[in-house]
Amino acid sequence: MNDSIVSLVDKYHLIAAFAVIGLTMYVAYWLSRHLTAGRLHGSAIAIIIGLILAYVGGASTGGSKGLSDVTLFSGLGLMGGGMLRDLAIIATAYGVRLQEIKKAGMRGVIALFLGVLVSFVAGAVVAIGFGYTDPVDITTIAAGAVTYIVGPVTGATLGASSEVIALSIAAGLVKSILTMIATPMTAKLIGLDNPRSAMIFGGLIGTTSGVAAGLAATDARLVPYGAMTATFYTGLGILLAPTVLFLAVRMIF
Amino acid sequence: MVIYGVALLAGCMLVGLIIGDVLGQLLGIDANLGGVGIAMLLLIFVTGYLKDRGKLPETTESGINFWNAMYIPIVVAMAASQNVAAAFSGGMVAILAGVLAVVLGLALVPVLTGKKVDDASPLDSTPTAHSGH
Repeated sequence: MNDSIVSLVDKYHLIAAFAVIGLTMYVAYWLSRHLTAGRLHGSAIAIIIGLILAYVGGASTGGSKGLSDVTLFSGLGLMGGGMLRDLAIIATAYGVRLQEIKKAGMRGVIALFLGVLVSFVAGAVVAIGFGYTDPVDITTIAAGAVTYIVGPVTGATLGASSEVIALSIAAGLVKSILTMIATPMTAKLIGLDNPRSAMIFGGLIGTTSGVAAGLAATDARLVPYGAMTATFYTGLGILLAPTVLFLAVRMIF
Repeated sequence: MVIYGVALLAGCMLVGLIIGDVLGQLLGIDANLGGVGIAMLLLIFVTGYLKDRGKLPETTESGINFWNAMYIPIVVAMAASQNVAAAFSGGMVAILAGVLAVVLGLALVPVLTGKKVDDASPLDSTPTAHSGH
């Protein structure tokens, strides 16, 4: 009986994921209303529940895809994967005010370059602080602080060791997860309540999953503006980190 | 028909991703450069054009709006499939590098946004508008 239910849920994994996420949203919005009196947004709570479930799933299976590595919940990987996520992000652009994008355009571009540079320097400083002296190692860890995709791509290009590459991925994951949690909490403090600051935020932070979830938990209407700039961030990081930024690190060390 | 909206969305996504891919190849990097952002701009232009000519009936719109409304649930599913365990097992170097990058990034948002001016005003000030999601 139990086996047949498990195999059924496994077979209809995407449908099961819809049901699981629907239930999670219900619980999260209930908690938001009754426990925090609406102060902590329901979607923020839902994302935090998601992250906790991901930790539990990852820790219990040893896999790399959080809760979706548990057979019963494998549909979460498809539902929350890059394909549907990007489709939904693009759909949020429907109804966007084009003048807002034009007005913040130049600042958005500046934010992009500054964002890659600042994250890279932050990662490099920490790596140096922990005693790394090889420019390849420093650059790879620093690139990981840009995003968890820039890190391994840069490491592979420069021929970094697999431990250092794993470290760079971990740095990028910490950045992405922390962004999901810290954005709704600091939004008021940093003035993240309008399209312009959302575009700048997307450019400065850049990690797509972090920006997507962080803005969703703050105010869903800001998502398209932040996503618009963030979508260029990883590409820019992959362009700069193994080239200009690596040369700069090598000049210093 | 609803599928027209979904197909329009899918078409914009595919064209955007192809352009982003070509941009990446032109720059010699193994990544899609802004494909999603380009797709977003395409969707804004195409739907704007169709709407002006009255060629965007409500059923077509609902095909786009469905995926718009699914955004937060999809993000929650994404959060649940993150490699959170690996993020914490990376040790202090990884944690500090990630934290510092986020703190500096967030701190720079008000610096780049500049003084509150008319064009940086909130979308609206009624918090009730959030509950729609």
